[in-house]
Amino acid sequence: MTFINYAAREINCKIVYYGPGLCGKTTNLQYIYDRTNPAAKGKLISLATETDRTLFFDFLPVDLGTVRGFKTRFHLYTVPGQIFYDASRRLILKGVDGVVFVADSQEARMEANVESLSNLDKNLVEHGFDLATIPYVLQLNKRDLPTALPVETLYRGLNFKGEPTFEATAPLGIGVFDTLKAVAKQVLMVLRKK
Amino acid sequence: MSDFILFDEEFRHIKDVISRLKADAQAKVVFIVDKNGQQIAAQGDMESLDTTSLASLTAGNVAATDGLARLIGEREFPVLFHEGERDNVYISVVGQRVILVVIFDERSSLGLVRLRVRKANGELERIFETIQQKVDAEKSRRLAGFDSPFAEITDEDIDNLFKD
Repeated sequence: MTFINYAAREINCKIVYYGPGLCGKTTNLQYIYDRTNPAAKGKLISLATETDRTLFFDFLPVDLGTVRGFKTRFHLYTVPGQIFYDASRRLILKGVDGVVFVADSQEARMEANVESLSNLDKNLVEHGFDLATIPYVLQLNKRDLPTALPVETLYRGLNFKGEPTFEATAPLGIGVFDTLKAVAKQVLMVLRKK
Repeated sequence: MSDFILFDEEFRHIKDVISRLKADAQAKVVFIVDKNGQQIAAQGDMESLDTTSLASLTAGNVAATDGLARLIGEREFPVLFHEGERDNVYISVVGQRVILVVIFDERSSLGLVRLRVRKANGELERIFETIQQKVDAEKSRRLAGFDSPFAEITDEDIDNLFKD
């Protein structure tokens, strides 16, 4: 749900990074935070456990610039990936404008990817959204690992509507901004059509 | 879900209400966020506060508490109160859509804040109803062929946002 503030001339949109545990959602946000001009970002908030696993969410606000006189602000959230945090994941999807699915390229995590994608679908429906129509980007992360499956295999297994798909190595920033740009672009396109 | 649109007139009304609430409740800060974590308006000494983070965490807090409420068979917990050594936070849900937050210290009291918030809640509810009516009217206007101010966003506008 985009928040258009005519008084402050601002458009605020919410992007959620979804995916199985340890796929690199928080690492995406961390890289965006590290590489964004201080004037264009807020604090990176992480509600994590003592072992640095996401407990509730990570949150990073970024300003992308001005469109038609409106400042565009994107609020980036991650969900906790571990299976038993499903109630928290559902809460974070409330009012989402666009979703990035971060897949773990390793063969051993393929089943976790598929399970998380199906969980995303189910949780979006509970908020009245449809994965088939919501702005959506697939990121194939951890491309640098020797255990990573070929891109074609992952694409066949996870891409379901021809959504923009990016190869990534999040700690090095490879594919991170391309992913953000692709989802933000779709969100703004939707705004244009409304 | 429809977008949330805030117009100048209602923004001024909201500011008036929370400014009065801040004075009446002798609070340090009063702010309003929507349930998705977007800040709508704020009054008070904001210099030392990261209001964007506050808004997001408040919404997360309310969302988690709503989840808890449903688990035990309640519709929602409309009020949350956090007591600190110096500052306290009083959070209440207005019209099931937005969240009113009051930060206060020993110069005020929970009783006073609760009393003043109740009065302000009614006024705010009416303003947010008006906003909803305006949003609905705007939507039908658009369906009738009037363009949104964003209809003219071009691919170039969007690409320009991502120029390094």
